[in-house]
Amino acid sequence: MSTFEGLKTDGEAAWRNYMGDTKPLLQVGMGSCGVAAGAEEALAVLRREVTARNIPATVSITGCNGMCFAEPLVMVTREGRTVTYGEMTPERIPALVEEVLVRGGVWAEAALGVSGEEEWQGIRPLAETEFFRLQERRLMARCGVIDPENIEHNIALGGYAALHKALSGMTPETVIQEMNQSGLAGRGGANFPCGRKWDFLRQAKATPKYMICNADEGDPGAFVNRILLESDPHLVIEGILIGAYATGAEAAYIYLREEYPLAARRLRIALEQARARGLVGDNILGLGFKCNLELVVGAGSYVCGEETGLISSIQDSRGMPRIRPPFPAQAGVFGKPTNVNNVETYANAPLIIAHGGQWYASMGTERARGTKMFSISGHIVRTGVVEVPLGTPLRRIFEEAGGGVGNGRPLKAIQSGGPLSGFLTARHLDLPLEPQAFAPEGVLMGSGGLVFVDEGACLVDMVLRYLTFAQDESCARCTTCRIGTQRYVDILERITQGKGRPQDLDTFRWLEGVMRNGNCAHGQASPTAVISTLRHFPEEYEAHIREKCCPAGVCPLPAASPALTR
Amino acid sequence: MAKVTLTIDQKTVEAEPGDPLLEVAKKAGVYIPHLCYMDDLPSYGGCRLCAVEIEGVRGLPLACTTQVTDGMVVRTDTAPVRELQRGVMETILSEHPDRCLTCHRKIHCLPNWICLRDDVVTDRCVTCAKNQWCELQQVSEFLGMEGTGRFYEEGRSWYGAREEIPLERENPFIERDYNKCILCARCVRVCDEVRGVGAISVTYKGDKARIDTPFGIPLHETNCELCGACVDVCPTASLMDKTTKWAGLPDKLVSTICPYCGTGCQLLLHVKGERIVRVSADAEGAVNKGQACVKGRYGLDFVHHPERLTTPLIRDNGAFREASWDEALDLVASRLGDYRGEEFAAIASSKCTNEDCYILQKFARVVMGSNNVDHCARL
Amino acid sequence: MAGLATTFGSGAMTNSIADLGQAACILAIGTNTTEAHPVIALQLKQMARRGGKLIVANPHWIELCRHATMWLRQRPGSDVALIGGMMRVIVDEGLADSNFIQERCENFDALRESLAAFSLERVSQITGLPQEQIREAARLYATSSSAAIVYAMGITQSSHGTDNVQALADLAMLTGNIGKPGSGVNPLRGHNNVQGSCDMGCLPNVFTGYQSVADGGIRERFEAAWGVSLNPKPGLTLGEIFDAAHDGTVKAIYLVGENPVITDPNAAHIEEALKRLEFLVVQDIFLSETARLAHVVLPAASFAEKEGTFTNTERRVQRVRQAISPVGNSRPDWWITVQLAMRLGAQGFSYEHPAEIMDEIARLTASYGGMAYHRLENGGLQWPCPSPNHPGTSILHREAFTRGKGHFVPVEYRGSLEQPDEEYPLILNTGRMLYHFHSSTLTRRVKGLRELHSEERVEINPQDAVSLGIADGDLVKVTSRRGAVTVRAKVAEGTPPGSLFMTFHFPDTVTNLLTQPGRDPVSKIPELKFCAVRVAKVA
Repeated sequence: MSTFEGLKTDGEAAWRNYMGDTKPLLQVGMGSCGVAAGAEEALAVLRREVTARNIPATVSITGCNGMCFAEPLVMVTREGRTVTYGEMTPERIPALVEEVLVRGGVWAEAALGVSGEEEWQGIRPLAETEFFRLQERRLMARCGVIDPENIEHNIALGGYAALHKALSGMTPETVIQEMNQSGLAGRGGANFPCGRKWDFLRQAKATPKYMICNADEGDPGAFVNRILLESDPHLVIEGILIGAYATGAEAAYIYLREEYPLAARRLRIALEQARARGLVGDNILGLGFKCNLELVVGAGSYVCGEETGLISSIQDSRGMPRIRPPFPAQAGVFGKPTNVNNVETYANAPLIIAHGGQWYASMGTERARGTKMFSISGHIVRTGVVEVPLGTPLRRIFEEAGGGVGNGRPLKAIQSGGPLSGFLTARHLDLPLEPQAFAPEGVLMGSGGLVFVDEGACLVDMVLRYLTFAQDESCARCTTCRIGTQRYVDILERITQGKGRPQDLDTFRWLEGVMRNGNCAHGQASPTAVISTLRHFPEEYEAHIREKCCPAGVCPLPAASPALTR
Repeated sequence: MAKVTLTIDQKTVEAEPGDPLLEVAKKAGVYIPHLCYMDDLPSYGGCRLCAVEIEGVRGLPLACTTQVTDGMVVRTDTAPVRELQRGVMETILSEHPDRCLTCHRKIHCLPNWICLRDDVVTDRCVTCAKNQWCELQQVSEFLGMEGTGRFYEEGRSWYGAREEIPLERENPFIERDYNKCILCARCVRVCDEVRGVGAISVTYKGDKARIDTPFGIPLHETNCELCGACVDVCPTASLMDKTTKWAGLPDKLVSTICPYCGTGCQLLLHVKGERIVRVSADAEGAVNKGQACVKGRYGLDFVHHPERLTTPLIRDNGAFREASWDEALDLVASRLGDYRGEEFAAIASSKCTNEDCYILQKFARVVMGSNNVDHCARL
Repeated sequence: MAGLATTFGSGAMTNSIADLGQAACILAIGTNTTEAHPVIALQLKQMARRGGKLIVANPHWIELCRHATMWLRQRPGSDVALIGGMMRVIVDEGLADSNFIQERCENFDALRESLAAFSLERVSQITGLPQEQIREAARLYATSSSAAIVYAMGITQSSHGTDNVQALADLAMLTGNIGKPGSGVNPLRGHNNVQGSCDMGCLPNVFTGYQSVADGGIRERFEAAWGVSLNPKPGLTLGEIFDAAHDGTVKAIYLVGENPVITDPNAAHIEEALKRLEFLVVQDIFLSETARLAHVVLPAASFAEKEGTFTNTERRVQRVRQAISPVGNSRPDWWITVQLAMRLGAQGFSYEHPAEIMDEIARLTASYGGMAYHRLENGGLQWPCPSPNHPGTSILHREAFTRGKGHFVPVEYRGSLEQPDEEYPLILNTGRMLYHFHSSTLTRRVKGLRELHSEERVEINPQDAVSLGIADGDLVKVTSRRGAVTVRAKVAEGTPPGSLFMTFHFPDTVTNLLTQPGRDPVSKIPELKFCAVRVAKVA
């Protein structure tokens, strides 16, 4: 049984050895984004080059630091400074080796920035770049820094200290107190106060209790959880364990979507390492706390991201959201009290316990505390993941981090919160990023996906795609959802073919009222894409239905009204 | 636990706390339209029809998933409730052949009339085997769905270019026509939760969702026991008894006991003229409570089998010949008259009624003076 | 039923079907419930679904095993050893209900002494079960808040069937699992009205309600009621009747609704016996194999064509109602018998309606005393129902046993009569399947059922099949000391090595040509579940 002090000492030694070695350290960013851009090959070429040329250097991997737009990334550390190089495709690796290792300098043109606060060898600090300067990196502090397959790195940089602190010096009640004080609200989109939710489970009488981490990140355009799980899985594990301690749960599951094979691999490695060190199991850190944590991989259904659908899926039942009551806190997985939180929610717990609820609450806005990760994609210059204080204006994300549309077209719409949410217009860029500000506009801030859409897109066409997704992913319990989404798709399809009727818009509104009667958010909210665009983009529908044209030229219709061109 | 008192449409009702509101209302004589709920099974909340108004509760909650509490005030017949129910019904009907449900002319039609005015004759009411005993039809009538049809011509609605699902009728008893299915999942739940079999489930999702067997294999190749429980609970014509699908409505229902094993299931014989046209399990059955097995449900055709003995037979020169009752009875009586006491034996049947058995042993003991009477209880 | 009568004083299902679903534990032994009693099986499955413990003891894998907490695959014929072993564990580990034993039972010491012979080593050897499994089953059964035993022909159709039943009754009493909800000893009876035909006195030694014909007082009551003097000498049992017919001592038989040529063991012997009769009259709804041997055949109305009552396996008397007129010129059985009685000059046979017959039954039978058609309208009544206001009895032996104290019978293990040997190395077990019934006189006349299963299959374990060179679907010949049948093979894991399984539903393959006539000495039930055979592929 290892003590935490022992683990810490070992970890720090390993980290020093890794970073502070006399040899340079080269880390290839191996998130799914990097892999998709060729990071595996880049890593292979790098290894080959280093071996072939017999260069004394450590070649390793790291996760993604959020700069998905510049993948593959290679981080080169020397003399305690880390320079991040972007777009290090396999073809460019030999050049990097030549510049950085053989010549021993830096490759200024390819460098994105350097760690630390001062310029180094003519390279500006990464933190001062447009992508980074609005960010407050807490959850992501170790993303793109450590080797995510090495628990010692995590521990060396503060991992599991909060768990140790909670187990050795705090009662479950005080943990929940801190959580309450922090003001942390669920990051999966529902925004429910996390401490209160944990308290429900703590109060539940039946045993055993279960803690579930929802890693079924299914919203198109959302990939914040993936980045965390691929880049610092132990942060999430630590958060789940703190939650289990606070609530009295003896067992926990991470429910991961099948589409995240790399995250599954990293989690498996992480769990194995944590078990081997007594951080997961029957007597955690020798402090008498028991929690067994298992990974469950789903089978590809969007509604399994809904907590009760997820619970059914864990039980090997059809992934169908359940009827409530009973609520999971009374009867969840295997009929026992259960708490379900999102990956990012759990990831916040170690920060709160380590630094205190008060410290946490000081960041963000009055009604939305802390930082939040956002994945930005679509028609912007820089796609990736950022972590910003809640309340940061949407515009800063779009213009600074994202670099604007960049292709000369104006911004048309912003999709936030996935298929159960809707679309905002460019007018909404000044909204602060907090859930409460989005709600009056008829959309959700959601779990962190922000998709920017330029004028080249047809919103009726996009809404059709979103509704087709909602239709395909209906679990088929509720007739309103299963059939309602189909009728939306039918009518939208007709509109994009120039066969729309004015009364279709009334039908849209009427059908939303019927679908609000559904059991879960999927059925209730899937018309949001339609309803929000009816509100914010009525002219798009007008053009398709009355003028029989598609201004963006996407639908198989004339780009301008036949009447106008005449 | 103490009973709770609630009000449903101004009626004061007593109930067990936690009972589903739908069931409490039903017992109180208040009908709330529903298509997926089944008595004594956990609520499924799938059809979304049974919405009601409850004072102090936001929106229009479902009666099947609402557990009654003390002091609850429920209204089932308000305008918003009916509007929503009609809305839900309209979505359901958009993918169901619905002329039998919504045709404004149907009140003028007599069975088997050909409607000359309706362009979709092949989907008309009289072409559905479930016409007049269809639960979906009853709910439609209750909600007054005549003339509705917002979605008639939409792409994949019933009258649009909907993909036809082939019938499955490979087994001898149960015919599955999922073109008429509304996915209430009653069949799935009764098969799993009541029968413990689980031969079918909701497969796929979204618009591809369908009730099916694993890998779509024919029913009789699964672990299905062909008990027909799914047919009994189907609210549409999706699941029908294959052999009696078109037998129409019976003249009368006769409740009796199954003649097969010793369980004593109560069955309902659907009788038309002098024929049993269909058999269903009687929900009032003391033992079986609406359940039966393949033999009880589908195995009573022997009653009408052409090989039934219909007249006494007397052996003459090694071969049987038909005889009148008087001749046969006189012959038997006179022959038996030769044997008294232990030369005679009677073998009774455990298939016969108590009264038959009693009379037979009385006959052996009183008339023939013999205690040689036994039956196959030993087998 | 003799076994239960000795122990409890009444040989019927002690509890009710619905009650089984409430049990905390059920031991299902010698019953393939899902095939033979599918609707009762629902209760067992529900019980398991609710978290109850279901112990299935059966040499064969049966569907119920899917729902079971434990499956005990004892060797065929070793049931007494298994139950004795379980009782030994219960006594040794102090799990017996000593209050119940002391207050409600007698003869416990004799049982305890007999258990000395049931060391787990020996029991394990006989049953082929690991000791730990027997121990676990015993603990599960004994420590559950209520535990029921359910059994059927796997227990009774044995040369030591009475021993089997008495051992089960001992087990229930030992743990106080009698006379309370969710407990009891519950035989599942095979035919719709086998309970009723026994209740009605279609037995050689008793009148209705198991009133002994040899008892002078009882006989006097019946003589008074029926207005004749009655034969005090108990008659012959079914097997004895056929033997007597073979010998010529029984000369005339009036046979109603049975087909012994197919269903009884040693079928060839029975056919010969019937052929030797001077007069055979058969009353049935079809011209059965047996009816073909008759001198006169009388056409009976089916259940759907007459009024009456059936008594089910849980002692519930329920109304049978006429749905259609009798087919052709057929008549209800009671009517035919009444006509014969009147033609033979008997008095007391003038009934207008079966309700009057039931009234007479009620007058003469204490347990049916409160039965009358008007009371049976909704769901019937369970006997004993002694008076017109009695609500019926769902659980027997609540306060005391019918015979007073529950009588422990010492257990003794005896092997089956015909053990496999070199010439006949395999054990043949017989039973039922879901889609057919008994001799299939009825079910094979249902087109759909015939389509599903039209012929017999002999089930053989893959291991045996390989060593005998038999493949699935091969035509094989199964031979016993008494006869041979040719049948297709079905290679199935569910059948244990060393055993074969056949049903007795198909008249083209008369399985009972193989079975042996050895009977239980008390109940006279033949050992249909165990005989030695050999099997070989037909070239």
